[in-house]
Amino acid sequence: MLTLQCPYCGVQCDETELTAGGEAHLTRHGPGSDADTFEQYLFLRENPRGVHFERWRHSHGCGKWFHAARSTTTLRVFGTYKAQTTEPPQQIRDAISAVHPGWSWRNFGETA
Amino acid sequence: MTRYSAFAIAREAFRQHKGWDRAWESPEPRKSYDVIIVGGGGHGLATAYHLGKNHGITNVAVLEKGWLGGGNTGRNTTIIRSNYLQDPSAALYEKSRSLYETMSQDLNYNVMFSPRGVMMLAQTEHEVRGYKRTAHANALQGVTTEWIDAKRVKELCPIMNIDGPRYPVLGALWQARAGTARHDAVAWGYARACSAMGMHIIQKCEVTGITSQDGRVTGVTTNRGDIGCKKMGIVVAGHSGALAEMAGFRLPIESVALQALVSEPIKPCMDVVVMANTVHGYMSQSDKGEMVIGGGTDGYNNYTQRGSFHHIEETVRALVETFPMISRLKMLRQWGGVVDVTGDRSPILSKTPLDGCFINCGWGTGGFKATPGSGWAMAELMAKGHSPLTDAFGLERFREGRFIDESVAAGVAH
Repeated sequence: MLTLQCPYCGVQCDETELTAGGEAHLTRHGPGSDADTFEQYLFLRENPRGVHFERWRHSHGCGKWFHAARSTTTLRVFGTYKAQTTEPPQQIRDAISAVHPGWSWRNFGETA
Repeated sequence: MTRYSAFAIAREAFRQHKGWDRAWESPEPRKSYDVIIVGGGGHGLATAYHLGKNHGITNVAVLEKGWLGGGNTGRNTTIIRSNYLQDPSAALYEKSRSLYETMSQDLNYNVMFSPRGVMMLAQTEHEVRGYKRTAHANALQGVTTEWIDAKRVKELCPIMNIDGPRYPVLGALWQARAGTARHDAVAWGYARACSAMGMHIIQKCEVTGITSQDGRVTGVTTNRGDIGCKKMGIVVAGHSGALAEMAGFRLPIESVALQALVSEPIKPCMDVVVMANTVHGYMSQSDKGEMVIGGGTDGYNNYTQRGSFHHIEETVRALVETFPMISRLKMLRQWGGVVDVTGDRSPILSKTPLDGCFINCGWGTGGFKATPGSGWAMAELMAKGHSPLTDAFGLERFREGRFIDESVAAGVAH
């Protein structure tokens, strides 16, 4: 069973308390964007074997959305962080680098 | 290839069964092939088979990183049905179901297709309306299904409790010629038939890269050396994203875990397949007597081939109410598979941005039933450049907003 710590209320939540919200750090394009941009935003998804960033909601708790960094092959959690950010904070990147040197995810990576 | 028959069994009985050949050859890979199929599951092998049988293309290699049918082909609950809502899906799944009817004869391999009937229970008023609509749509599509009332459900499946307090059974969508088949045998039968046509089936051969020149695929790099090809088909289900990345394009797909479990074997008690989408559970009895139970998917990306236990708990809790007699059953095994789910819950059978490279993926939670039809259609697409069965399932449908929305028919239960 997957356990994530909610970065707002500090509770260690088991996954039955949470709702998965899909890929994190999407740019939400609005009206006037071209077809390519909309396709990227609405349908195309990162689906990595390894490091992944995603949104979760502490739905049976404080109700807030947060972000988590997790491995899809080992289910190891590298950390959770608040939703009010456009990229993963340094400490999360460091935690990933310690396990997966040279990782990259979309335009984020070890060197970024 | 020795033909399997009652006569062959009798003949071998007289010579201590020493005359049986291996069902398929395990050759060393050649330098190049006309067509490479990446993925030796049911769909990949069916594609190779129909390339040879329907289009005369036999210089084909099927590359499999593990062993044949070791992925979702051997992990599903073997249900075969075609009661889908949208026309393109109904055409593809009904083609597939009809191919299952004669598959054992076509392949000379007993796949144990058992058209025992599939019922999809309606347990809410919304489902009643939804399934009646599907029955009407199926009538127009030429797929034989009917809406049956609760009394008939009880006649067809006496062990069911139709008066459950939380989930009463209000009726069902019934497809009499739907059923189950032996999943491993489907992969093995296709492999044997492909091998007999001279195709190479290469196991333990993992594709690590895709090579191209001037926007056209030229071959693959593998752990057993480089292999060239003129055309390539990617048929790797859950791992499609990783292969697409090698080929340089992205997919509208996310891979999640889907679970199933079987009970200890018991005496025959249920000769139909029952699916209950409201409670995310479905059940049938295998020929060995085990109750085969399938559950729901997790909500998050996962490549580990194991899912969350609370889904099993939910499924079993709901099924115990519908089938009170299973409450004392012990469960023998539980497992998970990685399923590739698209936004509209329909598969992708398509050309790709890389010339000569075709992809067949996104079957999500319901690929087994489509194995022969998918192979038939994919082979036509690869040989001729288009197929009436695959036209609606292109990659570009997401961009163009032409979804084939099967989230009701396919969202969870399979």
